[in-house]
Amino acid sequence: MFLAPAVFFLTVWILYPLIDTVRRSFLYRDTNRWIGFHNYKEIFTLDTTVTAIKNNAIWIGVVPALVTAIGLIFAVLTERIRWSVAFKTVVFMPMAISLFAAGVIWRVMDQEDPHLGALNAGIGAIHDTFRPPGALPDAEPSTAGLTGSPQRGFVLQTPLRPGDVARLGLTGISPDNVPHGAVQAANPTPKAHGITGVVWRDFKPGGGKTGQVEQGELGLPGVTVELRDTAGKRIDSTSTEDNGTFAFDDVDASDYRAAIGPKTFAKPFGGIAWLGPKLITPALIIAYTWVWAGFAMVVIAAGLAAIPREVLEAARTDGGTEWQVFRRVTVPLLAPVLSVVFITMLINVLKVFDIVLSVAPGSSQDDANVIALAMWRSSFGGVNDYGLGAAIAVFLFLLVIPVLALNVRRFRREA
Amino acid sequence: MRHYRWYVLGLFALVIAGLVAAGTAGGARHARGVSGDISIIGKWTGGEQKSFQAVVDAFEKQNPDVKVKYTPGGDNTPQLVSTAVAGGNPPDVAILPQPGLMRDLARRGAAKPITFAKATLAKNEAPVWLTLGTVKGKLYGLFFKAANKSTVWYNVKLFKDAGAKPATTFPAFLKLAKTLKASGAKAYAIAAADGWTLTDLFENIYLRQAGPAKYDLLTTHKIKWTDASVKSALRTMAKIVGDTGNIPGGRSGALQTDFPTSVTQVLTDKPKAAMEIEGDFVPNDVKADVKPIKDYNVFPFPSIKASTRAGIVGGGDTVIMLKSNAAARALISYLATPQAATIWANRGGFSSPNRGVKSSAYKDPLNRKTSLALANAKIFRFDMSDLQPAAFGATTGQGEWKLFQDFVSNPKNVNGIAAKLEAAAKKAYGK
Repeated sequence: MFLAPAVFFLTVWILYPLIDTVRRSFLYRDTNRWIGFHNYKEIFTLDTTVTAIKNNAIWIGVVPALVTAIGLIFAVLTERIRWSVAFKTVVFMPMAISLFAAGVIWRVMDQEDPHLGALNAGIGAIHDTFRPPGALPDAEPSTAGLTGSPQRGFVLQTPLRPGDVARLGLTGISPDNVPHGAVQAANPTPKAHGITGVVWRDFKPGGGKTGQVEQGELGLPGVTVELRDTAGKRIDSTSTEDNGTFAFDDVDASDYRAAIGPKTFAKPFGGIAWLGPKLITPALIIAYTWVWAGFAMVVIAAGLAAIPREVLEAARTDGGTEWQVFRRVTVPLLAPVLSVVFITMLINVLKVFDIVLSVAPGSSQDDANVIALAMWRSSFGGVNDYGLGAAIAVFLFLLVIPVLALNVRRFRREA
Repeated sequence: MRHYRWYVLGLFALVIAGLVAAGTAGGARHARGVSGDISIIGKWTGGEQKSFQAVVDAFEKQNPDVKVKYTPGGDNTPQLVSTAVAGGNPPDVAILPQPGLMRDLARRGAAKPITFAKATLAKNEAPVWLTLGTVKGKLYGLFFKAANKSTVWYNVKLFKDAGAKPATTFPAFLKLAKTLKASGAKAYAIAAADGWTLTDLFENIYLRQAGPAKYDLLTTHKIKWTDASVKSALRTMAKIVGDTGNIPGGRSGALQTDFPTSVTQVLTDKPKAAMEIEGDFVPNDVKADVKPIKDYNVFPFPSIKASTRAGIVGGGDTVIMLKSNAAARALISYLATPQAATIWANRGGFSSPNRGVKSSAYKDPLNRKTSLALANAKIFRFDMSDLQPAAFGATTGQGEWKLFQDFVSNPKNVNGIAAKLEAAAKKAYGK
């Protein structure tokens, strides 16, 4: 009698859905057509579900161990520092927000554009210190005579002799990115014993004629031009004027080439595609570990506090080093707590869902897929294949059972 | 402690009883004459919701005994409506983003015919809209809000910097992109993180290149996706999505750019790209303080073959009736009139297939241009992916959306993608 309400709610919300899910897993899509184990076969043949299973295996292999290890390290270290409460609070803070909100935060942090994503902004700041971006990162040659690549620099293929003029036209430079102080480009005047030339933005509204300095086209000041011999060895270098012109005076009679070095075209850090198909699972694991490390740390710290001090003292008195004490005394004594954390994380990771949905953008969701997400996407994500979704749910349930059994057995033993 | 538990349980039971009662109340009340409550689940949220509310307010004024309750469902509307129908408690009226679900519900008998509105619609709308709303000879769907997806939006300043002019033919369009690049601007903002923008681009190319007849065949999967016409459309598409140096962040950047972000790349005072190839709803996502004509403008998607010059690919939101009562019928009849459409047209961000809406109703000149082009299109085709099974045409991370994204990653793989598209289509059509 007293059990009636509990039985009622259990039936409505646990038992009925459970049985109906199993029944549905043998039916075709949203119909009542019986198709046996076809849906289960699909789990192991469809690209999306196979990726999901593989990814889940990675999650299981990495996350519980990683979270437990980080939790253990934090717990042991915070025992020794003065501001441990502040530190613990900070590490535990992510637990206070929902996984979905944490996902949204990481989605923003992981953005590829360094102007948007904090992670790439940090990497970019370091990268640009060591390899500063050039003045004209997007520039390209305007004529076929100027060959090369931004990585190796561009070389004018026309042989130059003293008295010749080199025209190095560049395009793909927006008016806003023209170096400061630029004025109308000038046609260089030939010099008897020198080589002169011009580097200019070979573009005016409508396109203009390529290879010719025209009215309305700006010179590019401050560009380093190299004079090379026919073997490609650098002889001399100079910088361009405000109107784009440059000159090498008193050059020996020989064949030369004019080139612009790769430094001018060095691109600023473009960002790492954390949310792209290749890095999405590692990015998700980092985010997930960030959330759960606090939980592991607090539980392990509690276990650590319960270890009798005398044992540690005794070990130290016996001449054990700190590492030996940690390895041979602390960790074995903590084993029950560590396994609680590990198993809890194992269950959490098996059903990981919200962080994947919130962090992975549509274009890489397939590459980030996990079993729980595959279940949801098959049933409700527009596919409306309830049969397959139910089959995945049952599969997931079967995966969780051994871990649950392990947990229950341990509880019994402890009680 | 035990008392407390009973209290909680009791409260729980009460809440559930209340929910059940609230759920059945709408259906139990049989309206005589035009009075009663109408519940609507619709896809319009935010500004669109406000505009629709204005349309509804005018209806409530005409029928003081009717109360309309609108629940915005956003992107989850199909799931919400299917679940409500499956649970035996559908709303009176639903507004769906894709006609696929409407057909499905009509076939299952969950949607009710709206034959009473047919005469009004036939008078005001092009026959294609009625055909689209008809299932097994009966009219079920009313297309209240439509979208012209054959538009290219551009940043006026970047065009001026490059001395560029809108293109009317495809070769001119490619030359325009080249000129833009030479001027230092990126030509295309591509929102490849959202697969539907890529299907829209493909459909625009396919309709112009292969023609409307083939378009219809491909829509119903009567020709295969490995057909030569599909491959040649993919090759044309590659000229745009494969122009890596002309896209902010290149192709990988495009794959991480969602639609609202891509709009902010073009329709802004600090542009990253010059053109956005998407529908008339693009200005809804403008965040910067920019004005039409002065800062941004629009031109029709360029023609590829002369015979399909005026072709327009479009979409539309369908109003369907799930319970046939007098109040719901009155609302549907009202939505079929030009007056109802005019209210939203006045407020902007709206294209009506209703030709009864006067051009002066559209206050925004660009909105007027795209809406009139749509309502009077000579060749009009509904968004192909919206007419296909959702698993193939409209699902994040699979089918067309996913495969077109793969195509952006590797635009050379025309044959491979065509084969994968065909395999996915075959599966979705249950063959």
